[in-house]
Amino acid sequence: MSSAVTEQLTENASTGEPGRSRVLLSILLSNEFGLLALNVVAAAIFAAALPAFTSPFSLFTLSRQIGIDTMIGLAMMAVIVSGGLDLSVGAIGATSAMAFGFVAERLGLPLALAVPPALALGAMLGGINGTVIVRSGVHSFIITLASMSIFFGVMIYLTKAQAFNGLPVEVATFGRMKAFGPVSVLLIVTLVVCAGLMVLYGLTQLGREILAAGANPRAASLSGVPVGRTIILCHTLTGALAALAGLMLTARTGAAVPSMAGHLGQDWLLPAFLAPVLGGTLLTGGRISVIGTLLGATFVTIITSGLLLMRVSEFWVQAFLGFMLLAAVLIDRARHTILKARGMV
Amino acid sequence: MDKRFSLQLLNNDWAGPALISLAAVVVISILQPSFLTPFNILVLLSAIAVNMVIALGQLVIVGIGQMNLALGSLGGLVGVCFVGAIEVLGVPTPVAMLMGLAIGVLAGMANGYIIARTGISAFIITLASLQIFKGINLGITKAQPFYGVPDIVKQFGNTAVVGPIPWLIVPMLIAALGLWYLFRRLRIGRYILAMGGNRQAAELSGIDTVGTDIWAHAISGLLAAAAGMMLVARLQIGQPTIGDDWLISSFAAPVIGGAALSGGHVSIAGTFFGVVIIAIITQALVLFSIDPFVVQIVLGALILWAVGINRFREWRFAKMVTAGA
Repeated sequence: MSSAVTEQLTENASTGEPGRSRVLLSILLSNEFGLLALNVVAAAIFAAALPAFTSPFSLFTLSRQIGIDTMIGLAMMAVIVSGGLDLSVGAIGATSAMAFGFVAERLGLPLALAVPPALALGAMLGGINGTVIVRSGVHSFIITLASMSIFFGVMIYLTKAQAFNGLPVEVATFGRMKAFGPVSVLLIVTLVVCAGLMVLYGLTQLGREILAAGANPRAASLSGVPVGRTIILCHTLTGALAALAGLMLTARTGAAVPSMAGHLGQDWLLPAFLAPVLGGTLLTGGRISVIGTLLGATFVTIITSGLLLMRVSEFWVQAFLGFMLLAAVLIDRARHTILKARGMV
Repeated sequence: MDKRFSLQLLNNDWAGPALISLAAVVVISILQPSFLTPFNILVLLSAIAVNMVIALGQLVIVGIGQMNLALGSLGGLVGVCFVGAIEVLGVPTPVAMLMGLAIGVLAGMANGYIIARTGISAFIITLASLQIFKGINLGITKAQPFYGVPDIVKQFGNTAVVGPIPWLIVPMLIAALGLWYLFRRLRIGRYILAMGGNRQAAELSGIDTVGTDIWAHAISGLLAAAAGMMLVARLQIGQPTIGDDWLISSFAAPVIGGAALSGGHVSIAGTFFGVVIIAIITQALVLFSIDPFVVQIVLGALILWAVGINRFREWRFAKMVTAGA
């Protein structure tokens, strides 16, 4: 539930009876509820129209895709909260996954020892982004535009654009593993990370500082929040989550492929922004929703798989996702106008 | 007098990049004499012509204080529509060209209209339209190129007007001079820079911000369309992947040329030398047979370097002004 709704709830508790309909309305108008309803409706329609949609295999691939797309969205969400963005998520994800491939295949270390360096590399690259941004005072757009080119270029140069195809078989096995029936283990990983992030943003001092610094850096700075350090932390977290998403993609493919995120990692940009924006994360910073991002990625995955099952060309689905992002921001704007007109924001 | 002169030089966006371009040409031609053969110069100028039009397409949007992520995907869409119209629909080449430019302008206007009317950041709107244009492009072509490029178009992209000067320089000159005139002499150009400098102040002083946004994005779309078709002429093929790699270089050149990314300040000459530097470095890597992937690293480093230089110049300039006052 978003913080605006929570505030509304506490306020209405004191005003009593007339507030109840307003509370209900603001819950109904909340992003998470709308998304949940959309998810249910879309899933119901596809399930009724396409028998293949609810087959165990389809449910498995759906859950796997939701897991990966949510992780990519969370990676971007972690930096959007600071009011910035990170164009290099795809480059960091691919670079970290290639580092994992190098350690596991070339050095032959056990997998348990290959994962931490990959995550650490992602966190480090994110940390570099954050440090340069804070030190130079230049907007994150231009710094991460440069770093996406550098990270990706160095990775391609070092790997000679060759994939690591000889990973231990456990990697692919993990990508095929199921839990609770047809649910992919990758989704379970994502859900655990979601829970961790909700604790971070909702319950810890650090999380509150991040939100405060994102909402109003000057005010946060005046009240003693080390804003610069907070921004660097946000970028570091983004890097680590991007690395995790890269590793999850590697588990799905069973190989570490340099082009997993497209040229320069650009292919991740749309899913990275689509899920948080659908989920009600404010692009100007200070307001996020972990559940919203999860529901947003779920909606995108349901629609994409449904359309593909209906034999809509993959290319037109791409165009459709662009329209969806457009619709999402426009609806969000309209929702705000309605809430404002009713004096609820 | 001396101080004023150095002040002017510091405040000049293109002097630094021009000196670096010159130095790079001298150094590379000493190390590798084949660099200055007429053929090589023709190739270099062709690359500069196309990349300059791309960079100008981004420069207009940088001037208004926004960014256009959809520049490349729009260029690619127009490129395949241009060849597709000729090959599949049998449209005469000049008509197909006008159609291509019209698509660019209309798509740009749509971007500008949505950004201005909703107040949503240009980043997210153009990210959405990037995906839409790319999806339509791939939906039309099924990711396969169109091969029916007419001979006249192929010749335009690969022959010289005179000596080593390619025909592709002509549209580049038109675009650069047109844009220079727009920013220097036309009201809309002043509005764009005023909005980039301070949107709120511009709005308060009665500038039609919605109209200016639409104008800026329409010009950007027009230039993207022109660049897309220029690349078709140069590659002699309607490649659906045209535009995929414009993002980095389209920002790198204006930034090297001293444009402030927060808007309000652009330099056409600076951008030109930014394009020249990038083209020289790219070609030098090929001449010295260095891994082409290094280009990516160099481009990224160039952006950071230019941003650093711009910050330094701001700081020095401010210091000199206070010292002089």
